Amino acid sequence: MSLKGENISFGYKKNNLILNNVSISLDRGDVLGLIGDSGSGKSTLCKILAGYENNYQGKVSIDGKEVPKKGYNPVQLVFQHPEKSVNPKWKMKDILNEGSNISQDILDSFGIKKNWFNRWPNELSGGELQRFSLARALGPETRYLIADEITTMLDAITQAQIWNMVLDIVKERNIGVLVVSHEKNLIEKICHKVVYFKDINNVKHY
Amino acid sequence: MSTAAVNVNRSLFKGLNLRQKTLLILGLTSFLLLAIVVSSLFIDNESLPTDFGSKNLSPSLEHPFGTDWMGRDMLTRTLKGLGLSIVIGALASLISAVLTVILGLLSSAGKAADSFVAWLVDLTLSIPHLLLIILISIGLGGGAQGVIIGVASTHWTSLTRIVRAEIKQLKTQDYIHISRNLGKSKWWIATKHILPHLIPQILLGTILMFPHAILHEASVTFLGFGLSPHEPAIGIILSESMRYLSAGYWWLAFFPGLSLLIVVLTFDLIGENLGKLMDPKNAHE
Repeated sequence: MSLKGENISFGYKKNNLILNNVSISLDRGDVLGLIGDSGSGKSTLCKILAGYENNYQGKVSIDGKEVPKKGYNPVQLVFQHPEKSVNPKWKMKDILNEGSNISQDILDSFGIKKNWFNRWPNELSGGELQRFSLARALGPETRYLIADEITTMLDAITQAQIWNMVLDIVKERNIGVLVVSHEKNLIEKICHKVVYFKDINNVKHY
Repeated sequence: MSTAAVNVNRSLFKGLNLRQKTLLILGLTSFLLLAIVVSSLFIDNESLPTDFGSKNLSPSLEHPFGTDWMGRDMLTRTLKGLGLSIVIGALASLISAVLTVILGLLSSAGKAADSFVAWLVDLTLSIPHLLLIILISIGLGGGAQGVIIGVASTHWTSLTRIVRAEIKQLKTQDYIHISRNLGKSKWWIATKHILPHLIPQILLGTILMFPHAILHEASVTFLGFGLSPHEPAIGIILSESMRYLSAGYWWLAFFPGLSLLIVVLTFDLIGENLGKLMDPKNAHE
C-alpha cells in the first residue's frame, strides 16, 4: 500500500532538468519529511505526484497501478498559500464541500466554526483558510496527502495547532503524508522518516 | 472633481451609503434612457407636422430646442432620433456580447481554436473601425439593417480580448487545478468556477459598448453611409444642420448634439456604477 514515484525527470526547457531520476515512495500511515532548498524542485515533485503536471518522464503509481486521470484523485495536494487555492467568488461552505461532503468530525477537529460558512474567502484569515483547504483535501477517498509547506506562512502557535489536528486525522484514517518544508525542526518533530531532497535528485546545479 | 461638486454630491445623497447611492444613480439613469426610448415610440410622422409659418424659430418655451427649416419641432425630432440610436445601440451591443461569449468559449477549447480567435481579432482590428462599418453597411445595402449589422459585427474585438485573457489567467489558478483533482469535469469547472468571474466583465463590457455603438451609428449616418435621410436619426439631424450653421441657426446642431452627449455619458455612468456593485472586493460590503 504505497504511492510511488519512480525515475521521475522533469524540466521546463530541454537540457535543463529540474528533476533528474527522482524516486520516492510513501506508505499509507507514514509521515515522511522532505527537506530541500528553495527552488530545488520540491514543489514540482509534489505537483507531479498529485497529477498536476503531465509532461514528465517516469512513473507515478499507487500499489503498482497508475493514478486515475479522471475522478477524485486519492492523492491530494495542499499548497502554501490558502488564499490562492480558494475561488474568491465562492462562499466558504461551497469551497469546503466541493469534492465531497466533509464530515462533522473533521470540522470539529480542525475547529472550523459553522458561522464561517456563509462568509467569503477574503473575510477569513490565512490560518482559517488553510484549515478549510486541509479539510477539503481530507475527503473520504483521500489516501495520500501532500503538504507543500502548508504552515510556512503561519505563526508558531497556529502551526502547532494545525499539525496536531492533521496528524490526529491521518493516524485515524491511515493516510500517508508527505511533509515538505525548509524547517528542519518541524520535520524532525512530526515525521517518522526524513528524506533530503539533494540526496534523491541527481541534478547538478551547483 | 472640484470641491463644489463634492459638496453638492454630499448634500444630495445625505444619509445614503455607497450602495444605496449607486442604486439610486442606476435607477435614475436607467429611467431617463427608458423614458427616451418609450417616448420616441409614441412619436410618428404626424407629431412632426411641416409648418412653414414657424420655420427656423430660435429656442423658446413653445419649442425648447427651436424649429428647423420646415418648421418641425426639434425637441420631438431629437427624441425620436435618440430613441432610434438607443435601440440600434442595444441591438448592436447584444449581438456583440453573444459573439464575445461564443468566441471566448471557443478560445478556451484548444490551442488551434485559440489562435484562430486571436487571428480573427487581429484581422478585424487591422482595418480602421469606421471604414469597416461603412464597408459592411454599404455591402448589406445600407439602411437600418446594414448599420446594425455593421456596428454589431465590429465591436466584439476588445471585449473578446478581455474575456480570452481572463479565461487564460483563470485556468492557471490553483483552485482550478484543485477542482480537477477533486474529480470535477471540464464543463463543471467552466460553469461553476470560470463563468462567475466572466459574467461581470461581459455585462459591463456590453453596457460600455453602448456609447461606442451609438456614436459609430451617428457618425456613419452623419457621413451619409448609414440610415436613409427620411429617418429621424441623430446623425441625419446633425448632418442636415451643418448646412444651416453658417446662417446662425446654432440650435439645430447644439441641442441634438448635447442630447447625444448626455445619453452617451448616461451609459458611462450606468457602467461605472454597475461596476461598483459587481466588483468582488466591495460587492458584499
